[in-house]
Amino acid sequence: MIHVDRSEKIYIIISVTLISVFFIALGISSFVYGFQVPVPEQRVDPRTIATPAPDNPFGEPGLRELVPGKKYEAYVLAQIWSFTPREIRVPAGSTVTFYVTSKDVQHGFRINETNVNMQIVPGEVSKLTITFDEPREYDFICHEYCGVGHQSMAGKIIVEP
Amino acid sequence: MFAREHKLTAWHLGVAMTALFIGGFFGPLQKLEYVGINLYTTLNKIGIASYYQGLTLHAVLNALVWTTFFIVGFFTYAITHSLDKELTHPKINIIGLIVMIVGLIMAAIPILLNLATVLFTFYPPMRANPFFYIGLVLVVVGSWVCGWGFYLTYIAWRKENPGVRTPLIALGSLITMVLWQIATLGVATELLVLVIPWSFGLVEGTDPQLARTFFWFTGHPLVYFWLLPAYVSWYGMLPKQAGGKLFSEPLARLVFWLFLALSVPVGLHHQYLDPGVPAGWKFLHALLTYSLFIPSMLTAFNVVASLEIGARDNGGTGLLSWVRALPWGDPSYAAQNLAMILFVFGGIGGLTNSSYNLNLAIHNTSWVPGHFHLTVGSAVTLTFFGIAYWLVPSLSGKPLWNRKVALVQTWTWFFGMLLMGNGLHILGLNFGMPRRTMIGAASYAADAWTPMLIEAAIGGIILGISGLLFYSNMVGTVFSKKRLEAPIEMPVAEPYESEPAPAWLDNWKPWLAVTVVLILVAYGPILVDMIANANMTSPGFKVW
Repeated sequence: MIHVDRSEKIYIIISVTLISVFFIALGISSFVYGFQVPVPEQRVDPRTIATPAPDNPFGEPGLRELVPGKKYEAYVLAQIWSFTPREIRVPAGSTVTFYVTSKDVQHGFRINETNVNMQIVPGEVSKLTITFDEPREYDFICHEYCGVGHQSMAGKIIVEP
Repeated sequence: MFAREHKLTAWHLGVAMTALFIGGFFGPLQKLEYVGINLYTTLNKIGIASYYQGLTLHAVLNALVWTTFFIVGFFTYAITHSLDKELTHPKINIIGLIVMIVGLIMAAIPILLNLATVLFTFYPPMRANPFFYIGLVLVVVGSWVCGWGFYLTYIAWRKENPGVRTPLIALGSLITMVLWQIATLGVATELLVLVIPWSFGLVEGTDPQLARTFFWFTGHPLVYFWLLPAYVSWYGMLPKQAGGKLFSEPLARLVFWLFLALSVPVGLHHQYLDPGVPAGWKFLHALLTYSLFIPSMLTAFNVVASLEIGARDNGGTGLLSWVRALPWGDPSYAAQNLAMILFVFGGIGGLTNSSYNLNLAIHNTSWVPGHFHLTVGSAVTLTFFGIAYWLVPSLSGKPLWNRKVALVQTWTWFFGMLLMGNGLHILGLNFGMPRRTMIGAASYAADAWTPMLIEAAIGGIILGISGLLFYSNMVGTVFSKKRLEAPIEMPVAEPYESEPAPAWLDNWKPWLAVTVVLILVAYGPILVDMIANANMTSPGFKVW
């Protein structure tokens, strides 16, 4: 074994304890408090994803009402350099599940000041759910470089009273 | 002795510094654009088509070319001097250098012609000119070839010196080159199998999710390829420069081995928010990434303790006031100590990035470039400046042109990075400002962002000035008419304790075995699944 100085030994024990505590906290926040990241949802073909078809919700992107005033699905199609739809209106207190995919290059989808942040990869559908409690506006923006118009790719969510 | 090695090192350093000069030029322009001063309209006249073409040059030249060339050059010097043995097959290293330069030129031409404005991540299905990708492959392969030259020299040294412990500087450098060789298998596969045939139109579609996964297989150990040469200097050289000794030489060796084993199987922490990767795999990589905290913490203690030995020998006293007895007047020393201080902030931010949950607050925001300008832009680059302050005089046989200018350079880099790093971190965390975006033209940029944008811009301008000071010193030294009275030797820190490190810290086999096993466990099943179910449907797009 290696000879390790006493003060260094104490320091190593503190370091290992610290990172172990961090990791346990990470596990608890992730699995006990229901933290979510996008996970494999559905494989799609980006070449036909924008084509209207009965079984293709991205053919007509937009908001679907499941339970009025309570539960919604939002299908958002990303393309250079805009989101469809650009504006989404929901009542306060509603829970919205976002399904986002791209018909061309990679994009990003982040609703600022919320926990919704996803990488948008052509061929994959990114999905996250969020509840909007307060009436206010949120920007959603593309955060992955997607070409010279990248900086203009954004939209708004309006939570109505 | 070493004439050929010095010449090779000088070539690598020359290319590295030229790349950083051109790439660095765009840095302040980006920050000025953030505050509404768009100089790209002027640059159109000299053929720079957009902010993003400039950004591609900035990223590729700084993050890939400056680092790789500097590191291979520095190691050519460090390994041969540390083993006290010339390269046994110098032709291999000359061929490696030539391949790297050919690759660089091949990749640079499409970027300059605005045919590869894809940034340094080149995420498919954005499709650049094929020669951009081939050039990148050649730079990487050339660096492998240089590595093979190092390994052959080491094998010959080992035969002549059975039972002798490999000197720490050589060992750390060789481990870094092996780490690079293993890590770059990911990006090499991405480019050779998925991207290059597709960019030539031989296959119609590619799988962007799979390409991203191969990219980040390389993308995270890449940062340790940048960082470990700085560690070679901090452990192996800096204690000597401070008049001290390496506090725990065996633990320094252990740190390099741990980085070899743990650097690769962590790449998915860059993909927490990817749709195509299952949560369990992301969480496994979160655990493995956290384990990298241990060798980082070991380094903090060991390096500071080594410097303290030097400071106390120089009359330093007190619990903390010994810090004043460090050789702050030596620019090579000051640069590297300031690099370490910035790295503390970079490391803490890195813990946030790698946290499975906190990551979503900052993913792809300007927090991330804020972070890596404190790590690769400071811990690494400022350390490389510090190394250059003794290495370039040693190679040229001429004294450093101006020591005071060098000191001003290191401190301006330090404060410039503090301002820019702070501004970018806050803009990302508080406002979700996206990274690598032409913010001056973004509709969603709010008034509340302005103070931090200005802070970042001031930092960027200070960094630009600091860069110019560095170059004036390099040019001034190389073209100086003065000669050194005595040659400058590589500083080599002695161990504090005379007992040699145990044999298991000088044995490649167990560590390579652990490395391979960890990679197979962390990447094997998920990669097999993603390859078996590849979704090769994305055609290429030119979006610039």
